[in-house]
Amino acid sequence: MLRNLKPKRRRLLFLLSGIFILGISLGLALLALNEQVDLFLTPTSLSKKTIEVNKRFKLGGLVKKNSIRRLEDGITTLFIITDNNMSIAAEFKGVLPNLFREGQGVVAEGKLNPQKIFIASKIFAKHDENYLPPEIADAIKKEGQWKGE
Amino acid sequence: MTAEIGQFCMILALIVAASQAIIPQIGASKRDYSLVLFGKYAAIIQLILILIAFLCLMHLYIISDFSVLNVWQNSHSEKPLLYKISGVWGNHEGSLLLWVLILALFGAAVASFSKNLPPTLVGRVISIQAAIGFGFLILLIFLSNPFARISPTPINGSGLNPLLQDPGLAFHPPFLYLGYVGFSIAFSFAIAALIEGKVDAAWARWVRPWTLAAWCFLTIGISLGSWWAYYELGWGGWWFWDPVENASFMPWLIGTALLHSAIVVEKRDTLKSWTILLAILAFSFSLLGTFIVRSGILNSVHSFASDPGRGVFILVFLIITIGGSLALYTWRAPNLKGGGLFSPISREASLVINNLLLMSATATVLLGTLYPLILDAISGEKVSVGPPYYIGTFIPIMTPLVVVMGIAPMISWKRSDLSGVLSRFWICILITIVAGLVTLFLTYKGPILAVLGIILSVWLISGSIADFLERIKLFKVSFNDSFKRIINYPRSAIGGTIAHAGVGILIFGITISSAFELEKIQSVKTGDRVQVGNYIFEFKGTEISRGPNYDAIRGNFDVYKGNDLIIKMQPENRSFINPEMVTTEAAIYPRNLGDLYAVLGEKNPNNTFSTRLYYKPMINCLWLGCLLMALGGFISLSDRKYRIGAPKKRFIEKNRTLGLYN
Repeated sequence: MLRNLKPKRRRLLFLLSGIFILGISLGLALLALNEQVDLFLTPTSLSKKTIEVNKRFKLGGLVKKNSIRRLEDGITTLFIITDNNMSIAAEFKGVLPNLFREGQGVVAEGKLNPQKIFIASKIFAKHDENYLPPEIADAIKKEGQWKGE
Repeated sequence: MTAEIGQFCMILALIVAASQAIIPQIGASKRDYSLVLFGKYAAIIQLILILIAFLCLMHLYIISDFSVLNVWQNSHSEKPLLYKISGVWGNHEGSLLLWVLILALFGAAVASFSKNLPPTLVGRVISIQAAIGFGFLILLIFLSNPFARISPTPINGSGLNPLLQDPGLAFHPPFLYLGYVGFSIAFSFAIAALIEGKVDAAWARWVRPWTLAAWCFLTIGISLGSWWAYYELGWGGWWFWDPVENASFMPWLIGTALLHSAIVVEKRDTLKSWTILLAILAFSFSLLGTFIVRSGILNSVHSFASDPGRGVFILVFLIITIGGSLALYTWRAPNLKGGGLFSPISREASLVINNLLLMSATATVLLGTLYPLILDAISGEKVSVGPPYYIGTFIPIMTPLVVVMGIAPMISWKRSDLSGVLSRFWICILITIVAGLVTLFLTYKGPILAVLGIILSVWLISGSIADFLERIKLFKVSFNDSFKRIINYPRSAIGGTIAHAGVGILIFGITISSAFELEKIQSVKTGDRVQVGNYIFEFKGTEISRGPNYDAIRGNFDVYKGNDLIIKMQPENRSFINPEMVTTEAAIYPRNLGDLYAVLGEKNPNNTFSTRLYYKPMINCLWLGCLLMALGGFISLSDRKYRIGAPKKRFIEKNRTLGLYN
């Protein structure tokens, strides 16, 4: 049936099927974007928002000085993430990356529990010891608390 | 003195590039071949000059001349020699110099191996190549000079990030750049063809080997980076959908599409303007990748020092190059004559589907990479797009691609019937269904994606094998004849089959290693035993060990299977002094294509150590698959038809009679 089509028609058919495939995949992508995008928050912006329990997001800030505590089981760590304005208590179960230090920048992915404690499922390690994610540096600057260069 | 020689050579190269960009272009339009010849020599001289500059920088690194800012920032006298050398491209300025060097290398290669190409085309190609080089040399000389001096001379350097002091990463950037920059040749050929207004099978035959070579290097480059992340970062992952990884993945996807559409141009003389567009896009995305990495515009684990001035320059350069070439494309492409027709079930059509799906995949990766930027610009809201998005969009796009990939090599050109093709594939279909059912049964209520992954990989691997057997007509003719067919099998076809099988093995590795990985996180004291699957890890305590430029705490694990000691594993925690930094060195022991993987964490106050132990089944299929893809590419590249001489002679004769060569 398709063989009898005129070349112009046939080209149109290919074009349409191309647009169709591209459309579907972009639709899928946008759908996924809506569901799978994580908000990137600082303790201050978190305090201004209401985030549902069990909604995953990323939290960035500094690990507060003298806040790291390790539980008896040896793998659970409690610490406080701060942007020098607001702070939030966080808990992480697992092996911490080497660059996780008090006073250093940190980005964690996780959820809030009903007690409003941030349960981190991932702590991101960065390649550079001086690295502060631009988002966090920005946010801290915005809060007027920037003490860097 | 060396630094000044390098600086001087860069400036000379800039002047040569400028003249190389202009003169052969004029020569090509005026049909004055002496001007084209000038361009050829200029390309070689430019290469020599940039090579001298590059060697100067390397020399400065080897002798640790800290009066040069770049060396001081990125090197240290106590660093092992290999990393002094790799330190040359472990930073912005040096890597840009490497970029320009490779660009000049490809330009000179076209100039030297182009005896059989029409001189006007050669002239235009090397001129465009030089124009790109000119832009990058400006960036290098005025905004990122690797030879800048500092005064007073510091006593010692500040060292290279220890994570980058690794053989996998020492060679990752050069391979990646060979790939990125290799697409510049396809780009230059595309622009030249647009100016000339002529694209034919011969054009595709010239472009394809360059594209193929670039693609192979890019494949190796990306895999090396991924492999490095796997064993060096110590968190066991190998791909993070990080913006910088995406930046290298997008050109790879488009390059793959280009590779396949060029086959259609070569064999069937159709899909021409599409192929030209792909060639432009492949290089545009390489430039975009460079921009993303170098400008620091996106948040990434590769936190290279960023500089807004450079970012703006690269952005402007990007707009001129991409905008200009696309404008030229819209103006000239309609003049390209379309070629033969084909039916919806034909090899051409399957390659069109390949292209559409690969481009869709690229579009979704691009969207995910840029979405945080766009949203930030519109609403000021900060978001991050993570792996779930990419996995969610990639699997639906890749699934039909792999299904088509399994049978496409057996579909004939022009017109074919699906039932005929499928009937030859009944055995593959059967194997795939059985494999799917077995997996479903074994992983009852397990991850459904694992079943899909197994089905796809088995389909693709069995399809590749069937394709090979069909072509050599095993059991249909005598063994002698089959053997002869293996010998005479065109290498481009063998390469394709191997690369496709490689993709199948890669999917298999990804599926099994991510679905059936075992992970145990715990704190241990000496004598503790931890069971990971069939393996038992016994912690034997730690010791201090010294490396060339670091101290390490070394953990000792005895690993048992049943009662047999199979291996002692020694993960380390290394403390580097210059720069001050701690890295984790995972211990990895390959076993049955899987890996036992141990990481030593921090010491806890009660003298226990946090540890992570993994068993990653079939993870080595991943690297094997990547290797096969690159290998297939190189085998295909060695095909006789791409070699200088053989098939082109006839073409030249034909063109001589047409008066194209004088």
